[in-house]
Amino acid sequence: MLKYDIVVVGGGPAGLAAAIEAKKNGVDNILVIERDRELGGILQQCIHNGFGLHVFKEELTGPEYAEKFIVELKEMGIEYKLDTMVLEIGEERVISAINTEDGFMSIKAGAIILSMGCRERTRGAISIPGYRPAGVFTAGTAQRFVNMEGYMVGKKVVILGSGDIGLIMARRMTLEGAQVLAVAELMPFSGGLTRNIVQCLEDYDIPLYLSHTLMEIKGKDRVEGVVIAEVDKNRKPIKGTEKYYDCDTLLLSVGLIPENEISKNAGIKLDPITSGPIVNESMETSIEGVFACGNVVHVHDLVDFVTAESKRAGKNAARYIKKEIKCEGKIAKTEPGDGIRYIVPHMVRPENVDGTLDLSMRVDNVYKDMNMIVKLNGKEIKRMKKKHLAPGEMESVKIKKEDLVFKEDTVITVHLEKEEA
Amino acid sequence: MYDVVVIGAGIIGTFITRELSKFDLKTIIIDKENDIANGTTKANSAIVHAGYDAKVGTLKGKLNAKGNAMYAHVCEELDVHFKKIGSFVIATNEEEMDSIKDLYERGCKNNIPDMKILSQEEVREMEPNLSEEIIGALYAPTAGIVSPWELSVALAENAADNGAEIKLETEVLGIEKNEKGYVIHTNNGDIKTKYIFNCAGVYTQEINEMVAPRSFTIHPRRGQYNVLDKGTGSIVNHVIFQAPTKFGKGTLVTPTVHGNLLIGPDAEDLEDKENTSTTSDRIAFIQEKSRKTTTKVPFNKTITSFAGLRAVSNLGDFIIEESKEAKGFINVAGIESPGLSAAPAIAEYAINILEGIIGELNKRKEFNPRRKPVIRFMELTDEEKAEVIKKDPRYGRIICRCENITEGEIVDAIHRNAGGRTVDGIKRRSRPGMGRCQGGFCGPRVMEILARELKMDIKDIVKDNKEAYILTEETKQNKPEEVTA
Ligand SMILES: Cc1cc2nc3c(=O)[nH]c(=O)nc-3n(C[C@H](O)[C@H](O)[C@H](O)COP(=O)(O)OP(=O)(O)OC[C@H]3O[C@@H](n4cnc5c(N)ncnc54)[C@H](O)[C@@H]3O)c2cc1C
Ligand SMILES: Cc1cc2nc3c(=O)[nH]c(=O)nc-3n(C[C@H](O)[C@H](O)[C@H](O)COP(=O)(O)OP(=O)(O)OC[C@H]3O[C@@H](n4cnc5c(N)ncnc54)[C@H](O)[C@@H]3O)c2cc1C
Repeated sequence: MLKYDIVVVGGGPAGLAAAIEAKKNGVDNILVIERDRELGGILQQCIHNGFGLHVFKEELTGPEYAEKFIVELKEMGIEYKLDTMVLEIGEERVISAINTEDGFMSIKAGAIILSMGCRERTRGAISIPGYRPAGVFTAGTAQRFVNMEGYMVGKKVVILGSGDIGLIMARRMTLEGAQVLAVAELMPFSGGLTRNIVQCLEDYDIPLYLSHTLMEIKGKDRVEGVVIAEVDKNRKPIKGTEKYYDCDTLLLSVGLIPENEISKNAGIKLDPITSGPIVNESMETSIEGVFACGNVVHVHDLVDFVTAESKRAGKNAARYIKKEIKCEGKIAKTEPGDGIRYIVPHMVRPENVDGTLDLSMRVDNVYKDMNMIVKLNGKEIKRMKKKHLAPGEMESVKIKKEDLVFKEDTVITVHLEKEEA
Repeated sequence: MYDVVVIGAGIIGTFITRELSKFDLKTIIIDKENDIANGTTKANSAIVHAGYDAKVGTLKGKLNAKGNAMYAHVCEELDVHFKKIGSFVIATNEEEMDSIKDLYERGCKNNIPDMKILSQEEVREMEPNLSEEIIGALYAPTAGIVSPWELSVALAENAADNGAEIKLETEVLGIEKNEKGYVIHTNNGDIKTKYIFNCAGVYTQEINEMVAPRSFTIHPRRGQYNVLDKGTGSIVNHVIFQAPTKFGKGTLVTPTVHGNLLIGPDAEDLEDKENTSTTSDRIAFIQEKSRKTTTKVPFNKTITSFAGLRAVSNLGDFIIEESKEAKGFINVAGIESPGLSAAPAIAEYAINILEGIIGELNKRKEFNPRRKPVIRFMELTDEEKAEVIKKDPRYGRIICRCENITEGEIVDAIHRNAGGRTVDGIKRRSRPGMGRCQGGFCGPRVMEILARELKMDIKDIVKDNKEAYILTEETKQNKPEEVTA
């Protein structure tokens, strides 16, 4: 059986940052396992720029951003295995994995960092009636075909969902000579970053229809057209508002789901809202010594946030190996209040907080001029003014360690309140 | 000149072809589609019914019970998933209890073994997730579930292993009768034969009328389904039917052999024999109906919906007979449910008809009933996995991340007799793309492997049917440099 202090499952930006940080914190014997042919994760197919503004203070493309981490990882001599799939995490942190060279491997890990990323929701998940023709792609699959394999997936395109990947693909397909006829979004607001709506749709005169949904796909072998209609407040289609688009391709950008099959089978507790593991301030899951970071925990919109969170996981996994984490003592639970959908981490042991506690969260609707208020057992400890809040943009709150004083088990809540005029 | 041409490569045509391959006959099976089992056989409830349902004395009644008894053996021979999980017909009131008792009586007359009427407590014990309203159920332990297209493909492969020919993308356009037999005109050339089995599903009427005047009609009756994610299948342990009422048969809830949950179908008479589209009102209808069985179906875990067309004849029973007007032309028509369950018995019955025409058939000595076992990587133990990868490293590369399907399995599915040549064909054989991501990750990889193994341009790889192209052209950057003179 192979033995490592830390095994990182997934070599995307999350896994790379975590491995590097663990090494910087004094653990040498680290293995990164990646199922793809190269490191870098989803970033390898995101050839547009706009990455790294926070971390590197410059505008990079996805592959450039990934490259910085890959180079650093190699320079530090951290071991990695490509084209290697983790099948299972068993008892006592024994991982089973396979590849074509080593065959079937059992690997014993001192600590594990889960960073498997996420996958896209598909057509089936949103139950669109009609035939099942070719020409229906998730935006990410189309992105892979166009950017990595070098093939176009269609000529006349309608996009369902206004998540960032969908928006970016609207521009990409246009640049490649396809015609993007419309982007339809079920919600009354876009799920993507404002920046992407401007740069990917408005700049190319692609219409965005909010409060619209897909009624039907026409075509038996290949998509021949789609019908889109407006929805009312209850998201039910309004009769008479149907519009027909003659197109050969439908791209779906209808959300991402953390990739947690392995975690689930290992018995790790998941949060039904994020679909990711329940984690504490150290990014440790419900199984001791198993940490998680990046999109496998909750879907991030910017890779910079992934990097920050993953460093925390890497550092704490190293502390765990060095037995520096305190497991007893007081625990606070975080709880989303009015206007907040979820908060990560779910649990906080103040003794292990390093300087500040970072809470990441998403709001449940578009809001203007609100106060975001943090309370510890009902007592306000922080208040921030927010001009604009949207579900498509992750919010974060930093709380000083000194403010986390309490006796027994306690609750940290965050909620929104209308700012008085 | 062939001895026998089988028209239609659904479960019926492939079963008959495999039976034929046991004899010294020059046999070919043809289908208009580019894969085996692309008609009704790819879209149904996949249930091997016990056989209490069919009217006493009908062919349906006789052949269902007989077919059911043959299933375990043939699936073992061909290494196909089949599970005898038993079925319930549930009752929620006295009237439904009565109709269950009628079914029981009918089942006894059809010689269905080991049936039992269960009390409310017994139902609850065996199926804790069913609705509180249920007061009893008919239990038939011999009912099973199967993977219909897997079986069809395996039958075709085994028939081919034993010398039968397979010709796909070959549509019968007309049939000419002459003194020696028949000339079948297809888009793919003429085929001469002495005998024909007409197993064309919803098109058996049209094929029959190419050689004989109208003797039956077939119309399509559509049924729609939801399939839920793997793991959800454990909500129920048996196939759960609802008792028939004057409003119809109700929907069923069942696990599939791969651990998914299937709910459906409804029944809707159509004109169009091609209309396998789903509609939101009908999907909503089956979802609503399923609540009578259990409220525990997690519809948010739906991974896809689909529809199938039953070939319903005006005569109300299977039609398996030589045409009165055309010697040596045998119709196997009106094979609606329980056609899948009855298929092994239908094939035997059909061969008997042929023997009635030509006399006793010569057995082929070298007939091998088994096909090369399929390696299903994730079903192996850790030691076996290690062993398999050592022998063929391609089993060490996972292509489908949801179902953990390896490259080795995909390559094998391509190169077998009756191998897959489309993305969906591979999906039906070894399951990449059947999972939660529905091919989002593995689709491009499967296309790459298909193109490589079949020496095709990746742009010519289709999803399913011939016209279901996936890629349109190279991106600007990837286009080969234009050669200037
Ligand atoms: C299609 C798509 C497009 C995106 N576009 C952008 C964008 O333009 N800008 C942006 O800022 N963010 C984008 N994102 C968000 C992006 O995912 C994150 O910014 C970042 O890539 C997440 O990093 P990660 O390491 O958590 O996940 P990933 O980058 O997804 O990396 C996870 C890695 O784990 C590997 N893995 C998973 N399971 C296993 C296993 N069992 N064994 C071995 N390896 C495994 C995967 O192959 C993958 O390489 C996009 C996300 C998606 C899905
Ligand atoms: C909704 C539904 C639920 C069902 N549930 C069950 C069940 O649970 N249990 C059960 O036992 N049965 C069930 N059935 C019935 C079962 O699916 C069918 O009886 C069986 O699949 C019929 O097989 P087949 O080979 O006759 O037809 P098909 O599978 O349709 O095969 C006919 C073939 O003929 C080919 N063909 C047609 N015309 C031509 C032509 N001109 N030239 C060349 N080829 C041609 C077609 O391409 C097709 O491949 C169900 C059916 C439906 C629709």
